[in-house]
Amino acid sequence: MPGLQIDGLRIAIGDRDVVRAVDLAVEPGSCRGLVGESGSGKSLTALASLGLLPRAARITAGRILLGGDETVTPDRDRTGGVRGSGIAMIFQSPRAALNPVLRVGHQVERVLRRKDQHGDPRKRCVELLGAVGLGEPDKAARLYPHELSGGMCQRVMIAMGIASEPQVLIADEPVTALDVTVQADILDLLDDIRSRTGMGMLLISHDLSVVAERCESISVMWQGAIVEAGPNRTVINSPRHPFTAELVRDLANPPNVTDRPPQPLPARPADHPPAEAGG
Amino acid sequence: MGLTGAGFGAGRPDGTGPAAGPGRSARLRSELRQHPSLVVGGVLAAATLIVAIAGHIAPPHNPLALSPGHALAPPGPAHWFGTDQFGRDVFSRVLYGLGMDVAIGLIVAALAFAVGCAAGLVAGYLGGWVDDIVMRVTDILMSFPSFLLALSIAVVLGNTVRNVIIAVTIAYVPYILRLTRGSVLAVRGADYVLGARAVGASRSRVMTLHVLPNTVGPSVVQATLLVGWAILDVSGLSFLGVGIQPPSPELGVQIAQGASYITSGQWWVSVFPGVAIILAVLAVNFLGDYADDKLRGRGS
Repeated sequence: MPGLQIDGLRIAIGDRDVVRAVDLAVEPGSCRGLVGESGSGKSLTALASLGLLPRAARITAGRILLGGDETVTPDRDRTGGVRGSGIAMIFQSPRAALNPVLRVGHQVERVLRRKDQHGDPRKRCVELLGAVGLGEPDKAARLYPHELSGGMCQRVMIAMGIASEPQVLIADEPVTALDVTVQADILDLLDDIRSRTGMGMLLISHDLSVVAERCESISVMWQGAIVEAGPNRTVINSPRHPFTAELVRDLANPPNVTDRPPQPLPARPADHPPAEAGG
Repeated sequence: MGLTGAGFGAGRPDGTGPAAGPGRSARLRSELRQHPSLVVGGVLAAATLIVAIAGHIAPPHNPLALSPGHALAPPGPAHWFGTDQFGRDVFSRVLYGLGMDVAIGLIVAALAFAVGCAAGLVAGYLGGWVDDIVMRVTDILMSFPSFLLALSIAVVLGNTVRNVIIAVTIAYVPYILRLTRGSVLAVRGADYVLGARAVGASRSRVMTLHVLPNTVGPSVVQATLLVGWAILDVSGLSFLGVGIQPPSPELGVQIAQGASYITSGQWWVSVFPGVAIILAVLAVNFLGDYADDKLRGRGS
């Protein structure tokens, strides 16, 4: 039984179809990657699953099911009841996605208080912040978003996303705004949480390399439609759609500057005081 | 900025930046140095409040006691500000009236702030027909000059302190409402609002916890300035005879009562209440300037 299932979703803005024929399934405990260029309709698909489409956009066909129950159809939106507990989402720009006037611990606690009647939300909040890899979580909980780095903000966002233990977590470009060095940490963290909680994850990215290794299955979106879907090996090793092939080609040809193995950094000047110094 | 920065550094021989975490009193001192309007406004406002409260608790004379034998006595040791045409002590009346006007100004600003923020938040966040109705009513209210609007409402409602407060509040709500709605429209689409909704926050929670705190900045500045406007409008209404009525020692009432004596040389009956209004409004405007400096740009 799939966690999240999208059947023939079609979204229009005005009379232009911006999402046409999207079929997608996220099994519990698994990770599906959704790859596509910007403007291909990835985020709209995600927002539709949460019932958070912008006002101008409307669903014209298809349906979305969560845990087997219909949550979204063209006529009806029942996501209000499942948002948070059934399905949650984390966003691209971590700092903008946190309320600037509230302490981060407070924001995580709010999610806990809503869903989790038993247990002390404050204690649970600190546990969660620790679980997403914030050092000294009890101190971090008292900070405001502007006092945290982008990576730390994203960890707080993840804590908020998993606080209500959703069946499915949608991560929309969760690492695009982060340093390359932090990206791997955050993706590892999401992997780790997924394997521990058994929640399904939809990882959205424009970057195939982010998705390639971590997702069991990959869907490729192009101009509002899913043009290719399958297990990650199949999609990457034998792409059938030209757009996928292009993505894979870029993946296979990293900018190879030199064949030499990476050299260690030269020692810093401070390690070697100038020879003339003092003398 | 460069000038204040230099002054700031020169005044702090230890040369540590703000990151070093100066104590509370040091922070207050540097705040006062950088914002002269806070000093002037604070001193004036504190003086106004102290004087007004003292005047209510222990006025030198009863502000309402008539003593026809001492009518229109010039300022002197017995009556610092002189007496009016009924022999009442102008000093006591000014103190009492000042307290009254400041209290009314604060109440009006608080009411207008509360109503304007709530309505602006609902209109801006919900949008659609709610927004249409609220904004059309606001447009109608704003098509009248606020003083004329307050005047006509006060005339219709009748002359009591409560009705004057209601009238002036209605005239000021649109200013706060529009500001709040504008900020709400800007914040409504912010990522953290979407984020809060994505993890399941209810509509009312999103509005009160995530939208409102990020939009009140400009409205707080406006509400501070409204205190001054309200003092002016209430005393203006009373001066014209449609606000607070004699024998109440409201400042506008006193100016009106003394107006006919200015030409015959008894200036003190009108001038002292007038100066009191000026100082009170000045104090509020300086504080509003400071609030503007501190909060400008918040929520946008």
